[in-house]
Amino acid sequence: MNSFSINSIIRFLVLILVQVLIFNNINFMGTINPYPYILFILLFPINNNRTLFIFLSFMLGLFVDIFSNSGGVHAAACVTIAFIRPPVLKFAFGMVYEHQTIKFHNTEFGNRIIYFTILILIHHFIMFLLEIFNISNILLILQKTLFSSIFTIILCALISILFSNKQR
Amino acid sequence: MFLLLFIISLGLTIQSHSYHRSKFINSANFLTGGIYESASGISDYFDLNDQNELLVEENRKLRSQIFNFSDSISSITSSIDSVSYNGRYRIQSAKVINNNYASSKNYLTLNKGEKDDIKEDLGVITSRGIVGIIDNTSNGYSRVLSILNTKSRINAQLKASNHIGSLKWDGKSPATTVQLTDISKFAPVKDGDTIITGGQSTIFPKGVPIGTIESFDLDISGDTYTIQVKLFNDMTNLSHVYIIENLDSEEIKLLENPVDE
Repeated sequence: MNSFSINSIIRFLVLILVQVLIFNNINFMGTINPYPYILFILLFPINNNRTLFIFLSFMLGLFVDIFSNSGGVHAAACVTIAFIRPPVLKFAFGMVYEHQTIKFHNTEFGNRIIYFTILILIHHFIMFLLEIFNISNILLILQKTLFSSIFTIILCALISILFSNKQR
Repeated sequence: MFLLLFIISLGLTIQSHSYHRSKFINSANFLTGGIYESASGISDYFDLNDQNELLVEENRKLRSQIFNFSDSISSITSSIDSVSYNGRYRIQSAKVINNNYASSKNYLTLNKGEKDDIKEDLGVITSRGIVGIIDNTSNGYSRVLSILNTKSRINAQLKASNHIGSLKWDGKSPATTVQLTDISKFAPVKDGDTIITGGQSTIFPKGVPIGTIESFDLDISGDTYTIQVKLFNDMTNLSHVYIIENLDSEEIKLLENPVDE
């Protein structure tokens, strides 16, 4: 339990720093940035306190906001995906989730990608919607959501493969 | 819990949309400024060459102006530095420690703040052209509202004539292009013409270069031109900037908005 929380704290700090110092400056093809810091939310241990989880997600988003001068955009998106995570988990993993025995590093790769994709798409859509804040630019919002999401999904999949401890 | 936090973050978002109100969430505070400064201390080494070349180029320009000063006063008064400022402007140098240009609301962070006498509403330029306006300061750092921000409005004019308009950014075009709107349809607009700042605001002096006209078309109403301006500045590669303070701005503002009795 204790190693769990230390692990989470380190992950929290490292993901924020990596996000604001590296991934916010990628600017692929001019404007496309990935946001893999939400891996913290995606991979947060499941059997934990729900309120704490939503609060931590809020703080995560808020810190990224402070660094990137974006008001409360990231915080809002993070809180939302933290809130809707349980139904998405149920949808993506089915029975395994029902038994509350799920561990991310021994789920099937395909299921994990579906789970990542749904949450990342929702997160990015809310984020860009709030950032641009103008319904008449809906095409621009969708376009940015699509490109950034693809980028983020690839990065999240790679990172989760790289750092999954597969020793049995 | 969810609703509470969601409403807080929505509130912060909406607050950040109103000019001059986003006090709390910004990159000019002690913690974020410190982290950005140490990170830029490392990454600065990677483009020392480019920045050196820029500085040498600027030195060359200034030097040629000094040598030619005696025989051509008229050409100098129209250009960006020394004489035309007439002592009305104070100029400080600063370094960019964080630069964004990918979102629709972009900000920069500079390594100078209140302790160096930096205030809100000072203009920021480079040797090539304008960068933005300072909109938030802390003790050691300040935040710049970039011209690549949908909230930014800057008074600008054609160099060839005195038709003024306002410089905006639509949030979609690449980081090299901004829009100049509200130019009267009687103005002589030509591709390739230069756009400079107008003298109507107290922030920038008149004649700071902005960019050249890339293309233009008439508004839907048919009364004004919307001009696509290609910036002189490479907004993606900024390091050394100058902060301009208009020493007369207090007096001008006082004159323009007299206190009601």
